[in-house]
Amino acid sequence: MRAAAGRILASGLVVALAVAAMLAGCAPQEGGAELEAPVADSGDRSITVVSWGGSYARACVLGYHESFTAETGIEVNMEDYNGGLAQIRAQVEAGSVHWDVVDLGVSESVTGCDEGVLEVVDPAVLPPGPNGEPAAEDFLPETNTECGVGTLLYSTIYAYNPETLTGPPPTTIRDFFDLERFPGRRGMRRVPDVNLEFALLADGVPNEQVYDLLSTPEGLDRAFRKLDTIKDEVVWWEAGAQPPQLLADGEVVMSTAYNGRIFNAQVLEGQPFEIVWDGQVLDRGQLAVVADTPRREDALRFMSHAARSESMAGVAGYIAYSPARRSGQALIDRQVETGAEMWPHMPTNPENMKSFLMADWEWWSDHKDEMQERFAAWLAR
Amino acid sequence: MRSESEVVTPEDTSTRQQPVARPRWRRALGPRLRAAGLALPLVAFVVVTFAGPMVSLLTKSFHEPEIADALPETMAALRQWDGEGAPPDDVFAATAGEFVAARNERTLGRTANRVNRVVSGMRSVIMGGSRLMVEAAAEAEAAGVTTDGAFWRETMIGIDARWGTPEPWRALRDAGQRFTARHYLKALDFERGPEGGYVRQAEEWRIYVPLFWRTLKVSLGVTMLCLVVGYPIAHLIATSPPRRANVLLLLVLLPFWTSLLVRTTSWIVLLQNQGVVNDFLVAIGVIGDDGRLAMIYNMTGTFIAMTHVLLPFLVLPLYSVMRSIPPAYMSAAASLGATPLQALRRVYWPQTLPGVGAGCLLTFILAIGYYITPALVGGQSGQLISNMIAYHVQTSLNWGLAAALAALLLGGVTALYVVYDRLVGIDRIGLG
Repeated sequence: MRAAAGRILASGLVVALAVAAMLAGCAPQEGGAELEAPVADSGDRSITVVSWGGSYARACVLGYHESFTAETGIEVNMEDYNGGLAQIRAQVEAGSVHWDVVDLGVSESVTGCDEGVLEVVDPAVLPPGPNGEPAAEDFLPETNTECGVGTLLYSTIYAYNPETLTGPPPTTIRDFFDLERFPGRRGMRRVPDVNLEFALLADGVPNEQVYDLLSTPEGLDRAFRKLDTIKDEVVWWEAGAQPPQLLADGEVVMSTAYNGRIFNAQVLEGQPFEIVWDGQVLDRGQLAVVADTPRREDALRFMSHAARSESMAGVAGYIAYSPARRSGQALIDRQVETGAEMWPHMPTNPENMKSFLMADWEWWSDHKDEMQERFAAWLAR
Repeated sequence: MRSESEVVTPEDTSTRQQPVARPRWRRALGPRLRAAGLALPLVAFVVVTFAGPMVSLLTKSFHEPEIADALPETMAALRQWDGEGAPPDDVFAATAGEFVAARNERTLGRTANRVNRVVSGMRSVIMGGSRLMVEAAAEAEAAGVTTDGAFWRETMIGIDARWGTPEPWRALRDAGQRFTARHYLKALDFERGPEGGYVRQAEEWRIYVPLFWRTLKVSLGVTMLCLVVGYPIAHLIATSPPRRANVLLLLVLLPFWTSLLVRTTSWIVLLQNQGVVNDFLVAIGVIGDDGRLAMIYNMTGTFIAMTHVLLPFLVLPLYSVMRSIPPAYMSAAASLGATPLQALRRVYWPQTLPGVGAGCLLTFILAIGYYITPALVGGQSGQLISNMIAYHVQTSLNWGLAAALAALLLGGVTALYVVYDRLVGIDRIGLG
């Protein structure tokens, strides 16, 4: 009798555990990016800024969030996300906005603007440069859009590890696709973005014809044929932190990566990686204010502070992302913690810009879904 | 304990209380209603937080009224069009009027993004074109020109020659249908043919059907692997003395207390080219330094990592069933002359079948929805159908297509469940 009761109790416990564990196990796979509870307003003014985390978010906090709080008394709460408009749209549609300012790419900011989930920014809130340069002329071309204020330029490049890639160093984007002269596995991000551009550039297409060619079925086939040539040797990465790790572990001999991540490994972690700037694909990072936020005034003040040349140069004092203003570029100096010169690492250094491509957000807004499907189909074969 | 004769059956009670005049159905229903009343909070909870949202999302897979609501006059005018050549003037007038108004209210972007999903490239045609149309409307007003259909036909074709062809208009007309099967057709790799109608996509564009198959194969494979690995473990735990069994059970449960990402990343550290396992094999001389095994970023990695993550879901139900099997049965089989293998096959295995069924079904259904683990360790083979659902929910915001894919997946799982029920019988599932 007692044994039977014990058994029933035991199996009941097991079932309960299994169910609890199942729920716990399901959470990360279904939620994706974690939603954090909004920080309670304790009477003090505060705003929530959502960004990409890691060394970049740290550079932003040290670079200008702290000076913003010191100047205005408004606290800045940081949250991390993995990009995408889904959460912003959900908050705006549900009428409970707890994100105020978002760090995003141009394609997202334009889509979000079109969808009405981001605030249109009056160019008048953009401050003039330190020497009175009017904002309209000081910002680099195409860095600002209707809702997005450009803060930086970042680049997708490829880097190699000279410790595992012996022999003559690669120097061009063609070399990335040249398995004969540079044997070994390559790291690439598992998305069509930038990879299609790299493939055409490596196939000898002039920079200014890349997007026109990608718009034709023949050009697209050509890009995928070029990717075919290295497909078996590619290790696909998902998160920006992976390429430095793959290079350091010797999993790959070269990998595409965000230039700031490689900079971090080079300068802060002393890794021997080298960046190949040929064919770099430049893109802009922006800030936008979420529509209908109850803290709109404070959020706009934050935007205006972030748009100062000094703020952009502040970020560039920690990580190798280039200010989106000419006057900000002039302020680039040394890495604050290590004293390393920043200018040689900047994607906008003319030395590094001998052959570059500006990512075309308009083309990607039109074709993103289509390309994603074609790319996934190509990968699955 | 009461003896058999003292047990009071419901029939007895009813006969004794016969004088109370209550209809038979009420007597039968009363306690049931009260019991159902107790379950009401749970039912309400499930409806509000689970069934309701699920139905509303699945509805999006075939019901998309947004474009029809945003451009009512255009849709009405397009109904008069035969689909050949450029449409009549009043279509141009209606469309231009609605584009200009929607652009000024900042609602056109959402419409353009939706039309872009029907025909790629329409977003910039609409957004770029409408900007110039707003300017043209202002200029015409300043110059006192009447903006009739002929004016708009000329202006729109002047802005973008494609407005003179039937393609963008067909895209608008298709996108404006309130009830549509296009998400389901897309989810089955069909596309709009040049003549209208739907044809199968060219091979290099087919994606969803191959991914459904791969998801099915991976899930079945992982379930089988879990069974092969988990069955002996469950047996070991069930037959160990309590103290040892507790420790072993703890080891099975331990992965649950570790974050999914940490567990997956640990496998990368172990299995990668320069990883622990390969280093060890090289060190003891099993493989040469240039013959390192590729165990991660391919199908092998997916199977290993997913099997580890899902193993407890098979071990736990199996364990609790095995615990309820008296060890005397195996001894009896042996004493009657069965070899250990025979005893296992004919005595032990049939008794564990309810646990095997429960564990396999649980593991299989969880495996079908997995995507983070395969994405991290699966390399180019790590893409499963759930990755695409997540992409359309989170990034492309094409919830109609995501809902169609999810509905097909749900339908597939339900079909498998029914097949399982027919073949094995769902009532044979048990947790011990």
